[in-house]
Amino acid sequence: MTGGTLAESGRRSQYRMAYWQNMDSGRLLLVGAAAMLAVAAFAAAAVTPIPDRKHALETALTFGGFIAFGELLRLRLPGGREAAPIAMVGAMSYALLLWLPGQPPLATNPPLVISVAAIGMAVGALPHIAAGRPAGLTGMCTRLVAVSCVAFIFRQLAPSLAHAHWELAFAVMVLLVAFGWLADAVVTALIRADDVGARFSVAMVDEMRLQWPLGLAVGASVLITVFGARVMGSTELLIFIGPLLVTQVAFRRYAAIRETYLQTVRSLAGVTEVAGYVEAGHSLRVSWLAVAVGRRLGMPEPELLALEYAALMHDIGQLSLRDPIPSGATVLVAPQDQEQIAKLGADVIRQAGVLDDVANLVRRQAWPAHGHDPAPPLGSMIIRAANAFDDMVGSSTDRDRSAAALDRLRLQPTEYDAEVVAVLADVAGRRVPSRL
Amino acid sequence: MVSRAAWVYIVLVALITAVLVFAVQQATGFFYAGHVLNPWVALASLQALFLLCDSVKSPATSRQTVWSPSSAATLAAVVLLGPVAAALVGATSLLSLRRQPASDGDPARRRRLRMAERLFNGAMHALSGLAAGEAYHLLRGPIGEPHQSEFEHLALAFAAAAVVHVLANHTLVWGVNRLNRSTGSARPEGRESSLLLLLTSDLGYACLGLVIASLWQIMGWFATVIVLVPLFVARWAMGQFAEQQRAYSATMNALCQAVETKDYYTRGHGDRVSKGAVMIARQIGMSSDRTDAISFAGMLHDVGKLGVPTQVLQKTGPLTEDEFATIQLHPMRGLEIVKEIGFLFEALNGILHHHERIDGRGYPLGLAGHEIPEFARVIAVADAFDSMTSTRSYREAKSREEAVVELRRGAGTQFDPLLVEAFIAALGQDGWDLPRAAARPPDLTTVTAQDHDDPTAPLQVIIP
Repeated sequence: MTGGTLAESGRRSQYRMAYWQNMDSGRLLLVGAAAMLAVAAFAAAAVTPIPDRKHALETALTFGGFIAFGELLRLRLPGGREAAPIAMVGAMSYALLLWLPGQPPLATNPPLVISVAAIGMAVGALPHIAAGRPAGLTGMCTRLVAVSCVAFIFRQLAPSLAHAHWELAFAVMVLLVAFGWLADAVVTALIRADDVGARFSVAMVDEMRLQWPLGLAVGASVLITVFGARVMGSTELLIFIGPLLVTQVAFRRYAAIRETYLQTVRSLAGVTEVAGYVEAGHSLRVSWLAVAVGRRLGMPEPELLALEYAALMHDIGQLSLRDPIPSGATVLVAPQDQEQIAKLGADVIRQAGVLDDVANLVRRQAWPAHGHDPAPPLGSMIIRAANAFDDMVGSSTDRDRSAAALDRLRLQPTEYDAEVVAVLADVAGRRVPSRL
Repeated sequence: MVSRAAWVYIVLVALITAVLVFAVQQATGFFYAGHVLNPWVALASLQALFLLCDSVKSPATSRQTVWSPSSAATLAAVVLLGPVAAALVGATSLLSLRRQPASDGDPARRRRLRMAERLFNGAMHALSGLAAGEAYHLLRGPIGEPHQSEFEHLALAFAAAAVVHVLANHTLVWGVNRLNRSTGSARPEGRESSLLLLLTSDLGYACLGLVIASLWQIMGWFATVIVLVPLFVARWAMGQFAEQQRAYSATMNALCQAVETKDYYTRGHGDRVSKGAVMIARQIGMSSDRTDAISFAGMLHDVGKLGVPTQVLQKTGPLTEDEFATIQLHPMRGLEIVKEIGFLFEALNGILHHHERIDGRGYPLGLAGHEIPEFARVIAVADAFDSMTSTRSYREAKSREEAVVELRRGAGTQFDPLLVEAFIAALGQDGWDLPRAAARPPDLTTVTAQDHDDPTAPLQVIIP
């Protein structure tokens, strides 16, 4: 687990909600914008005369095929993000394509670029739809918007670059690629903030931190493709697929092991349930609640991952008890026993040697939110509240029961942080128990 | 260490390489008269690129993930400068700053390359570079900065050169490994399941050589710099993968230990069974993916015991039928816990069936012979052996020899005879860490009164 330590409660003033947090229908807006962009581009491309039709058609077909192939090989990054690095390389380098061997510098044509990218992406998405996988419309629209921005800006610059030194063209293209990456990150962060109820600034930082390695590889590949095409023509794209595939395989394995890791912790956290220490589904429900609350309070993703692990394993210390606590409800046992369970659990987790921040969260879940010295970190306070709530409510969906439990938490403002409980009430109201 | 045969082989390869390079150099000069402006600058920057790629250590789990982009520099030299230059680029491997993981596989302790390794790597890369260059030349690939007009020629010749390069590389490495292995110092690792991946990634990296060569006429040596970026990003991702994998197994270990804290005597049982299962898997030549999977399955095989009430585990007398039934259910419960994990299906089978017997009298399903999945048959052997060599509340630990005799006695009825022999052979080579002699258990923990894994003391059931 990478990333910073947990915010201590002193930093909590910045966890206030922002007004755009509940922004609605961002996704709809994006898809609508992309669709209009594509339609306008088709129309414009149809009426714009193209000099040297034969070559232009050949190039468009090559890049369109490359984009479609890239969409076919999409990649799931950690956190459920979908990326299509190869498609992005194809679209971006088509947008920045300036020279081909044996031809005068190309007249860049943004409508054509957008049309080819849109068609390529759509064709590449078809097999996904046929296989019953999600079409990934949002991701495609985001990429299309980013590529269009770059294409339009580059048209203004292209004439002066066509005969300039390669260094100048190179520098300008580096800036444009970075801009395109940033545009992609902004749109993705907006959508994500809208989807999961995170704050935009936090989502943006998460996005950039997660995407920069892949963005770097994509950016360098775009430059290599554009300049390589100057020598080799667009057939050079075929050669370049090889190394890109290697990068792609590496990322795929990375994302896969992260997923397995999480699944394993989820499953093994369930041993407390099989052993009869806690009610069925308790760990999963607590982790779901804790992550939802933490996200709304503005925790960035590495901290959320630690929080999820800690919430899943918060009861693991009970395994060291000789006999199960009645129905596993730690909220009912004496404070020193809670302390003991938290300590045993933290010891177990610390043994792994790689999850120390998780162990710290588990260790401090038994501390009251206020009046304890040192103060517990936000994550521990969240787990404490979510655990108490679930101990009282369980898998029940009865609203009265849930309201009564929340009232009980509110009556103990030193035990449970008021802000955490307020967000918990909000989250618990819209919880979807069917999956859990 | 390096065996005598391997030394002879290495010196022979080095000599042949030197003679061949010298002969070709005499015939053609250092460079072909191509269109490269500053051939010596080009040679030096390609050598620098090679050295950089060769010196950066590959991510820790290099068994399945490969990062070997140095071939891009050699193949760029093949196109730009010709065979002799390619050999000279490959020979830079002599100076590599890479550190090898220590022989015990601990990623923290790395050592410098040995003299023999340097000599071999330098000669091997030089020879494969020379071979690739000659192949390229033979197929009339144009040497020098490439132009689009000659692209068809170039692409074909380059593809052939890349294939020759990869083949020469692997053949030479295979030779030295084989000679070195016969001394018995290094045991064969699990069969490489990812040979295809290895070849694909080699050819993928080789493509970058052509990319460097194409970019050369525009940006000169800067081409090598920009090509490095995606390479190092790929390496970063592989490093992240390796790190996550380590974190993953460490977490898994910790959680398994947590499960075992419930029972004092069986602590470390999962870990040892996992090791034993891996020993057998290696001995019978399982692929590395499956070996990883069986390691996890061995570790988790008894996780379902948590569902068995403590009083049943602690009972000393014969069990009632109901109590025996709860014990027989533990493989099912284990499966229930781990089934969501994205394991190989086989690992789940191993957990579910690890108490089946070859004669069909096991549980939970009473499968017989080869109906029992291979993973389960492997785990059963390691499981019984560890149980017998551990101390129990009702008996002392048996010695290794006694336990081996018991395993042989059960071969054909309880265990798969082939796997028993494989395990005994592996025992002879690897040894076995006996569990520490258990002292008086402290109060907090419970103690198993009867071990359901112990083949020498089967559970007694009251028959009504």
